[in-house]
Amino acid sequence: MANQNNLIVYCEFEDGKVADVSLELLTKGRQLADKLGVKLEAVVAGDDLKDIEKQIFPYGVDTIYKAEDKRLYPYTSLPHSSLLINLFREIKPQIAFMGATSIGRDLGPRVSSCLHSGLTADCTSLEIGDHTDPKTGEEYKNLLYQIRPAFGGNIVATIVNPECRPQMATVREGVMKREVRDSNYKGEVVNLDVNKYVNPEDFCVEIIDRHVEKSKVNLKGSPIIVAGGYGVGSKENFDLLYQLAETLGAEVGASRAAVDAGWADHDRQIGQTGVTVRPKLYIACGISGQIQHIAGMQESSIIISVNSDPNAPINAIADYVITGKIEDVLPKLIKYYKKNSK
Amino acid sequence: MSLNIIVLAKQVPDTRNVGKDAMKEDGTINRAVLPAIFNPEDLNALEQALKLKEMYPGSKVTLLTMGPGRAAEIVREGLYRGADGGIVLSDRAFAGSDTLATSYALSAAVRKIGDFDIIVGGRQAIDGDTAQVGPQIAEKLNLPQVTYAEEIISAEDGKVVVKRRIESGVETVKAPMPLVVTVNGSAAPCRPRNAKALQKYKYAAAPSEVAADESRKEFISKRPYLGIGEWSAMDVEADLSQCGLAGSPTKVKAIENVVFTAKEARNIENNDVELEGLIKELIANHTIG
Repeated sequence: MANQNNLIVYCEFEDGKVADVSLELLTKGRQLADKLGVKLEAVVAGDDLKDIEKQIFPYGVDTIYKAEDKRLYPYTSLPHSSLLINLFREIKPQIAFMGATSIGRDLGPRVSSCLHSGLTADCTSLEIGDHTDPKTGEEYKNLLYQIRPAFGGNIVATIVNPECRPQMATVREGVMKREVRDSNYKGEVVNLDVNKYVNPEDFCVEIIDRHVEKSKVNLKGSPIIVAGGYGVGSKENFDLLYQLAETLGAEVGASRAAVDAGWADHDRQIGQTGVTVRPKLYIACGISGQIQHIAGMQESSIIISVNSDPNAPINAIADYVITGKIEDVLPKLIKYYKKNSK
Repeated sequence: MSLNIIVLAKQVPDTRNVGKDAMKEDGTINRAVLPAIFNPEDLNALEQALKLKEMYPGSKVTLLTMGPGRAAEIVREGLYRGADGGIVLSDRAFAGSDTLATSYALSAAVRKIGDFDIIVGGRQAIDGDTAQVGPQIAEKLNLPQVTYAEEIISAEDGKVVVKRRIESGVETVKAPMPLVVTVNGSAAPCRPRNAKALQKYKYAAAPSEVAADESRKEFISKRPYLGIGEWSAMDVEADLSQCGLAGSPTKVKAIENVVFTAKEARNIENNDVELEGLIKELIANHTIG
C-alpha cells in the first residue's frame, strides 16, 4: 500500500454506533495528522459494518480499513489482536490510538507486545514534539508526546518512543474533545479479507453469555456534580453529599481515595482512571486535589471547594473556597438552597 | 483434576496514602517514606487461585513476583494466605523496565516454571495503572487471555469459564487452558492470613535474605519448604537486550511535579450569611435552580 506512516485509530462500535471515545480520538488524531502532514486512518472490525463510514468520515478520516465478519463481534482478544498486528505490519502507521476501555486496554498491550512498539496507557494529553536523547545526544523530530499523570497522580510524565513504531497510546472516554471536521469529508474504504489477517485458532475463546447492564450513574451528562474525597471522613458524611445532590438535582462523584475507602462505587470515580467530566458546577467536598483527580474535572465551569484544609491543592483551581467541615457546610447549603429556590 | 496455578503479584508503594513528603524537592519519588504493599488487585487474583485450589484438590499455587530482594515479603504474604510456594525474580538488569520489558522478564520466568494451567494476576498495579503486563505476558507466551475477570467459575476439561466485568455489563467466556487471566478489583476480596500458615512460614526466606542473616542459615536448610526461590536474569535465560531500560521502547522524557496555576478564588466564610449569599448568587446566575 502506498501511503505509509500515517496515524491510525482503532474504532470501537456497539449497536451500530461508533463509540464516543473513538470519535474523540479521531478528532485528536486529525489535529496531530495535520501537524505531521500525514493521513488520518481508522480501522474498524465487527459484524454488520455497512454505512459505518458515514459516522467516521466527517472526522476527517482519509482511509477506513473495514474488517467485516460475524466472528469479530462481540469483541474477543485474539482475532482483533491478529487483525491489528498484521495490518500494522503492512501499512506501518507511525502512531496508533485506541480507547482506554475494557477493549482497548485488552487489545493495545497485546498488539504492542507483538510489535515491540511501546504503549502508554490512559494519556491525558497528546502532542507532537522533538526529543533529544540525554545520553546519546541523538535527535528525534516529531515524536508523539504521551502525557499522563503517574505514580498515583503525584507527578505528570511525558513519555516518548524514540525508536519503535507505531507509537501507541490509549485515552479514556471524555478526555479529548469531539469535533466534526467536515460533514462532507470523504475518504477511501478498504475492505480487508479477514481470513488473510486472522487465524482460525484465534477464535478459541467463546462468549457464552453477555449481559448488558447500563450504568445508572450518569456523571458525564450531569450539569452539576457533588464529589467527595477522602476528607469527607466517613460513609455517614458521604450521605450528606447524596442529600445535597438530590436537593440540587445533581449527580454524586468521588475521588479514587473515596472509592478505595468504600464510600462510593467505582462507576462514580472521577479522574484519570475514572470518568472525565465538564459540568457547569462542580462541588468538591473533602477532595485534596491530586493531579489524577484534577485531570478529570478541571474543565468544569465553576468549581466550589469545601475543605477543612485551607491549603488543599484543589483550592488553587477553585472559583469559591469554603474552609470548613463537610458536616457543617453541607447542611447549610441544603437549607439555604431550599429557602431561596422557587 | 488438579491445577498448577501461577499468581503474578507486585509489591507496590502505597500511592493511595501519599503524604506531603512523598516527593523530593527534585521531583523524584521518595520511596523511603511510602509503605510497600501487596498490589490490591493481585490479592483479588490470589483469592481466585486459592478458590480453584479448594475446588480442585491437589492443585498448587505458586507466586511469582519481580522486584528488589525485599519483594520476598510478597511471597511470604501469599504463603500466609494459602499459597504453596513462590519465586522472586530479581536482577539489576531489570531496573528501569517499562511494561514490555517487565512482561518479557516475567514470561521468561514463567517458561522456566514450565508446568502451568492458569496464570492469574491483578488487572493492574496501583503505581502505574497501565493494565498492560498481563496481556503482554499472554502474548509473549502465545496464550489466550481473559482480562477484567470477576470470577473464575470453573476449570475443567481443559477449559476455564470466567465471568468478566466490563463497562457495558457482565460477560461470561469459555477459554482453553493454559491461559492468562487478569482479575478486577470488583472480584472477591482475598481471605486473611491463616494463623497456622503464619506460624509455618514465618521464617520463609529468599537466599539473599538468608545470606544477610547467617543465623537463619541452618534453620532454613533443614526445612526446605521455607526456601523462597530467587532467580536472576541469567537463571531465566533472559536476553539482556530485552531487559530493563535497554528493552523498553518507551522512555520518560520529562517528569513534572504538579503545580496548578492559581485562579482568583473567592473565599466564602463558613457562616450563614456568606453561605446563603453564595447560594443566592448561584441561583441568580442560573448555575443552580
